[in-house]
Amino acid sequence: MTLLRTVLLRLITTLITLLGVAVIVFVVIRVVPGNPIAMMLPPGATEADILRLETQYGFDKSIPQQFVIWLGGVMQGDFGMSISTRQPVSTLVLSRLPATLELSIVALLIAVIAGGTMALLGTRFRDTKTEGLVDVTAGMALSIPDFLWGLVLILLFGVLWPIFHISGRISPSLDIDFTTNFYLFEAILRLRFDVIADLIGHMFMPAVALAIPLAAIIAQLLKQSLKETMNLDYVTLARTKGYGEGKVITSEALPNAILPTLTLVGVQFTFLIGGTVIIERLFSYEGLGNMAIDAVINRDLPLIQGIVILFALLFTLINLAVDMLYVVLNPRLRHA
Amino acid sequence: MKLNRRSLLKLSAATAAMTTVGLPSFAQDIDELVIAYNVNLPSWDPTVGLSAVNPTIQGFYQSVFDLYIPQNPDLSFGSGIITDYGWNDDGTGIWMDVRDGVTWHNGDPLTAEDVAWSLARVANPDTGSPIQFIWGKITNIAADGNRVTADMPEYEPTFFKWMSFLTGYVMPKKYYEEVGAEGFEAAPIGSGPYMVEKFERNAFVRLKANDNYWGGAPAFKTVTIKFVTDAASRVAEVESGNSHVTLEVPYEEFDRLKAKDGLAGKAEPISDIGMIFLNDIEVMTDPNVRMAAAHAIDKGTIIDRLLSGYGVPIDTLQTPDYPAYDASIKVPYDPDKAKELLAASGYGPDNPVKFKIQTTKGYKPKDFEMIQAIVGLWRRVGIEAEIEVYEIAKHFELRAADQLAPAAFYNWGNSVGDPTTSTGFAMFGPSPHSVWDGEDTFNAILPLWGERDEAKRIAGWKEVDRRIAENAEVIPLLQYVQPILHDARIDVVPHRSGALLPHLMTRA
Repeated sequence: MTLLRTVLLRLITTLITLLGVAVIVFVVIRVVPGNPIAMMLPPGATEADILRLETQYGFDKSIPQQFVIWLGGVMQGDFGMSISTRQPVSTLVLSRLPATLELSIVALLIAVIAGGTMALLGTRFRDTKTEGLVDVTAGMALSIPDFLWGLVLILLFGVLWPIFHISGRISPSLDIDFTTNFYLFEAILRLRFDVIADLIGHMFMPAVALAIPLAAIIAQLLKQSLKETMNLDYVTLARTKGYGEGKVITSEALPNAILPTLTLVGVQFTFLIGGTVIIERLFSYEGLGNMAIDAVINRDLPLIQGIVILFALLFTLINLAVDMLYVVLNPRLRHA
Repeated sequence: MKLNRRSLLKLSAATAAMTTVGLPSFAQDIDELVIAYNVNLPSWDPTVGLSAVNPTIQGFYQSVFDLYIPQNPDLSFGSGIITDYGWNDDGTGIWMDVRDGVTWHNGDPLTAEDVAWSLARVANPDTGSPIQFIWGKITNIAADGNRVTADMPEYEPTFFKWMSFLTGYVMPKKYYEEVGAEGFEAAPIGSGPYMVEKFERNAFVRLKANDNYWGGAPAFKTVTIKFVTDAASRVAEVESGNSHVTLEVPYEEFDRLKAKDGLAGKAEPISDIGMIFLNDIEVMTDPNVRMAAAHAIDKGTIIDRLLSGYGVPIDTLQTPDYPAYDASIKVPYDPDKAKELLAASGYGPDNPVKFKIQTTKGYKPKDFEMIQAIVGLWRRVGIEAEIEVYEIAKHFELRAADQLAPAAFYNWGNSVGDPTTSTGFAMFGPSPHSVWDGEDTFNAILPLWGERDEAKRIAGWKEVDRRIAENAEVIPLLQYVQPILHDARIDVVPHRSGALLPHLMTRA
């Protein structure tokens, strides 16, 4: 019952948050310099031409009027038409969302596996050179931003040892007749190994670039948490029962130590999705982030609004999911 | 399937092998041409909306659609869908002859009806056509046999040049009316050298050769154009062999890259220029300040040092390829003269004249660095300019509202080369692209818009350019050179418009 009430409360606050984001974004992108009509003015445009274009795109109305019209459309699932692509915004963002989600999830998996492994190694071999190596590696990984890791990876695996694709999400020559845009997930379900290999060949470098900083954070936090847990009485008890150090860490210490890391991973996952904007651009990956940059360059106001709202929705839903997971995993909260 | 260590190893090896499948190698023959392009293609209709007036994506459109009148790589006008054209005797109407035997990509014949419908469509403001000020000048468009005629109550000397420029594409009447705007975006057809096979927004377009193309079938049967907006990634694409051709390679990298085994490069001037708009406000109303600012810039050194020599200094808004180019108009680098001019207005290194200069950063190669260098040169003669970096969208808005700073860097494209589309629109006060309001220039330009005598018209524009240069009403800087990096097995023919056109590429 408590869980249900919490979920409902969070959903209500999510709606309020989204409305707030919508208002702020709507106003800000109209107030900052850079008018889309000015961008499409031909050389000999007259005042009448400018007025005609403003009327055509609805910019002749006041900002509150424009917002009410836009919100009315959103209530009916119509996010407007993109100025630059002349396609419905909802179609555009929903067609690109799967690519960004797949990339983010794969990056998260890589980060969790790499960061978790580093933390376990650092804990297992604490106070040795291995722990020092883990700390140095994590420090290095954190001190370089993801887009620079992207450039390093391009140089290594794109140019010097060209085994991965540098740009795109899938090879143009590949014929796929999938029903969704979740190419990777659908390819796995359909056992299309050629498509899986091609997708991974494209996704590997951007996913690793995104994962490296997060892996470092996970490694540092989880290792610290594990080290604290390793000194607790129940862990000592497990040792006295004759459990090996590896089993003590994975079976006894890890379940308790992982909770703070889980919260952090949830929060960091939203940052990771935010990081896709630059990484997708660098690798010409056809996701939401890449589209967002084009939308900003072209001052495609309806498309910017759609993308920001979708990102905001994603962030709030992920935070909600993490909170719920935390409640489920933590008995003290579950029974509170 | 039972998974054991051996089968897992086999699967891993197979996956690794599949991952590398499709990565081109310099040792193989090129069956499919792959181009890493520097911009995305937002929309397929080349005649309406924001994309229609975007010069950077015209190469995509010219691969799939035909311009009414094509331009050759040297910017001269060729014979295309319109084979012959002209005005009637009194200049109140036009006629155009349409090529026989041309077909659309779906096999339908291209007729004079298509040409008439295309013109009528862009002349109609309700379609969202942005070039109303040209197409709106014709009325009573009619097709008879293979001839299209129209009335032109107001004489427009550049009308036929616009048939090679933005929105000047022939569209398929029957097909468009059948599928509508959305259907056309989803499955565009044209009459150009390539047909659209697959299009993934923000990713790539895959083109298939139009073997029935009236101008001859292209050399490459399949072309993939990847949209790779990051310059480092584009370079990596070609270095790794993933792509065969790319453009807008950083100048400082270009010489190193083209010298590598298996790679080659071409760098030729294009119709884009770099310039500094001067807004006749504040200190820019003082001709001494403007002329001093112009004479204090060492364009040659800036091009050599910042652009590795890839650029052509210019002193008017015409490049040497344009009909109104006049080599005798010079604004030389002369810092002593600049100091004298400033002194005459009471300024000098100890009492500098101050104003703001706006620039983009990274929109064009070395734009910000060039302005930094210019500000440094200005400081030596007694000009203290404060740099403001802005986005290109803000530039457009400020320019349309005549609110640019006293100086503002911009790049101007004019692939048809007519003086109206360079000096005309940049310097004629009422134009939304001009921030110069001086009455003398307005009066000098005004009669040239409708001048019927072509020789007189061009001579008139040369005179306008001369007086603009003498009064330093704008500071032209350079004609850009476009570096194209490509696989040595391919021969690339650069087009002066800057469009990278796959049908001009052949096997070397």
